Amino acid sequence: MMTPVVLWSDVLIWLLVLAASVLGWLSRRNPLLRAAWQRVGRSRAGMASATVLLVFVCIGLLDSLHYRPRLEDSAGRGTGTSSEKTAVYSVEVLSLLDFLLTPLRTRTEKTYSEPLATRAHAKESIEIRDADGQLRQSRDYPRLKHGGAHLGSDEARRDADVAERVLRALGLAMLVWWMLAAATAALLARRQNCSHRQAWRRIWHNESDLACNAVLAAIAALLLCGLPLAILASDYHVFGTDKVGQDVLYQVLKSVRTALVIGLVTTLVMLPVAIFLGIVAGYFRGWIDDLIQYLYTTLSSIPGVLLIAAAVLMMQVLIDTHPQWFATAAERADLRLLALCCILGVTSWTGLCRLLRGETLKLRELEYIQAAQAFGVSDLRIIARHILPNLMHIVIIALVMDFSSLVLAEAVLSYVGIGVDPTMISFGTMINNARLELAREPMVWWSLAAAFVFMFTLVLAANLLADAMRDAFDPRLAGSA
Amino acid sequence: MLAYLIRRLLYAVPILIGVNLITFALFFVVNTPDDMARMQLGVKRVTPEAIERWKAERGYDKPLFINPAATGSAVFTDTIFFAKSARMFAADFGRAEDGRDIAREIVSRMGPSLAIALPTFILGLLVTVSFALLLTFFRASYLDFWGVVLCVAMMSISGLFYIIGGQYLVSKLWRLVPISGYGGGLEAWKFLILPVLIGVISGIGSSTRWYRTIFLEEISKDYVRTARAKGLAEAAVLFRHVLQNAMIPILTGVVVVIPLLFMGSLLTESFFGIPGLGSYTIDAINAQDFAVVRAMVFIGSVLYIVGLILTDLSYTLVDPRIRFQ
Repeated sequence: MMTPVVLWSDVLIWLLVLAASVLGWLSRRNPLLRAAWQRVGRSRAGMASATVLLVFVCIGLLDSLHYRPRLEDSAGRGTGTSSEKTAVYSVEVLSLLDFLLTPLRTRTEKTYSEPLATRAHAKESIEIRDADGQLRQSRDYPRLKHGGAHLGSDEARRDADVAERVLRALGLAMLVWWMLAAATAALLARRQNCSHRQAWRRIWHNESDLACNAVLAAIAALLLCGLPLAILASDYHVFGTDKVGQDVLYQVLKSVRTALVIGLVTTLVMLPVAIFLGIVAGYFRGWIDDLIQYLYTTLSSIPGVLLIAAAVLMMQVLIDTHPQWFATAAERADLRLLALCCILGVTSWTGLCRLLRGETLKLRELEYIQAAQAFGVSDLRIIARHILPNLMHIVIIALVMDFSSLVLAEAVLSYVGIGVDPTMISFGTMINNARLELAREPMVWWSLAAAFVFMFTLVLAANLLADAMRDAFDPRLAGSA
Repeated sequence: MLAYLIRRLLYAVPILIGVNLITFALFFVVNTPDDMARMQLGVKRVTPEAIERWKAERGYDKPLFINPAATGSAVFTDTIFFAKSARMFAADFGRAEDGRDIAREIVSRMGPSLAIALPTFILGLLVTVSFALLLTFFRASYLDFWGVVLCVAMMSISGLFYIIGGQYLVSKLWRLVPISGYGGGLEAWKFLILPVLIGVISGIGSSTRWYRTIFLEEISKDYVRTARAKGLAEAAVLFRHVLQNAMIPILTGVVVVIPLLFMGSLLTESFFGIPGLGSYTIDAINAQDFAVVRAMVFIGSVLYIVGLILTDLSYTLVDPRIRFQ
């Protein structure tokens, strides 16, 4: 029924998942890193924000499996096996998330409508058949096609209906949460060989190795917010609709992937360069060091925004003059997103490279490395076995610290006009479109508010996790904590 | 001292040449002038003559590095590289798409940019350093905890929301100051007050946290313990000892940006319609005016390098131990 489409950013994002699992497996064997991860596990703010981030990552991953659906009428055109060969696929590229959110995606209104509204936001001339059976023109707020359609003509029942759904969702959320909490306690009780009552105590008094109470609290908050949203979204536009009538909730969920790609893939792109050059400069010194230092001093002396602006301008020229490279609009937008990641990577690798060079300079003078050199161990082996593992904490800290600033940068760049493709849904394009809507009378505030809430949650969670991880991985801070 | 300064200035030359080469490669090697012309004139239905004319008008019709048709030194000077890139060292940036001289435009737009950036910078520094000192004074208390929470929350809000929210509240709802615009002379203050305020507030989160970390690191050192053992009050310890010794890390981050204040801020200026260099850059980006963007990249790097040199010089002012040979 469909043909899978593999976009470049999908490949990179799944590669990143793979890399993260490999890193996780490696750090289990390294006692220092394992101790650091255990410290993260005990940090309550860190674990709570990690739970929230995990939900965002899951949304992003669901949105990273793309396919092109087959067009309905093409199947009927041919007969038998020939229809398989001549199947026509839509040019529109969808993702698994789109499939799950089909109702949200397809139920578009004509234009703006308020959150949970049953009628449009602006008056229109509509034709009403009056009592005599004659058509009459009148100006009124037209009824929405989908928002609260199940209510029929009984629109006054909306408040009661919404309240009932919210209550039902909250009840369900509580039930689910209790089940999860009970399962956690049971697991803990079995593992630590104690009674259920003791397991509960350990969870709530934070006596277990993992900050279970923080995770459970975060899950409770997520369920209490998420379930009402999900249940209301089936029949209402929970966050309203935008100018072209698209559901704002759908847009916000789609923005998550863009933000994740920018925040994570950028680091993935720059990491190998920064690690390689940093270690080589610090380890070999001499003219190699001079050359690499010159390279990063030069690059970092160009103010970041301007370098990004110049590079993106040139990329636009390249994309616009070579339309034959891209089969679909989604591919073009995707390649532009990747190019943006690369450009952001070029401007941000210098800081990490400088740190790694400094640390390598320090490490190579230590006794154990000099001993390795005296034993005739090759340089490559020394770097791989003795230097790289001892730089991992810097890399991990840099990775999480950069994430939130990159997500914020995406919004600013998209506003300036040098961000993602205008057709790609992202927080930046949402804010950019919503900016002028505040000036309308009556004001349209919901797009901006929804983008604000989701972006704030994402960045706040990332910042808190980054703090917890820095405290855990930085050897200077770990000693004092 | 003077010898050190001269050496630093000489060291800046290869970096500037590097910047120049990078921008040149970005603007002329990644895309040929033909591509740029096609982009500017519209990709479809563009005649080769129109492209040639566009290139000739802007001087893009020459060879990149070496002109075999010319004689004498013109072999090197009558090329795109010399005319468009090398001449930037002589502050000759050529003309923008609208025909105006870029160098003059930049000089006239520096004023408004500075009028916003300088007050924001000074006020922001005062506010954040005092806030960080306050948090350090009450360290490990509830005030400190919630102060840090507030900082992290403020860090997590995009700068766009500060501007949009501030404009909406102050200008639209309360009608205190005009939403955007700029006026010369004394009248300018009512256009400036809101952007400056928003600039200060949006910077509080990350800077306060950064300064607090510096102060906390300083406060755990031995000389602070000695000062306390002498019987100094905690306030005296903070202001007289810790603040002075924390100057070096603070200056490292602060002095570098002073020359860049001339460039203004892209976001603030475009939101508030201030005719500074930031909005000039944004307009150039949107109009795809390559000459202006090239000039701004070059000036930005020059100012950054000046900032680095100033940072080194400022160390001598606050730390008598540092001497330059």
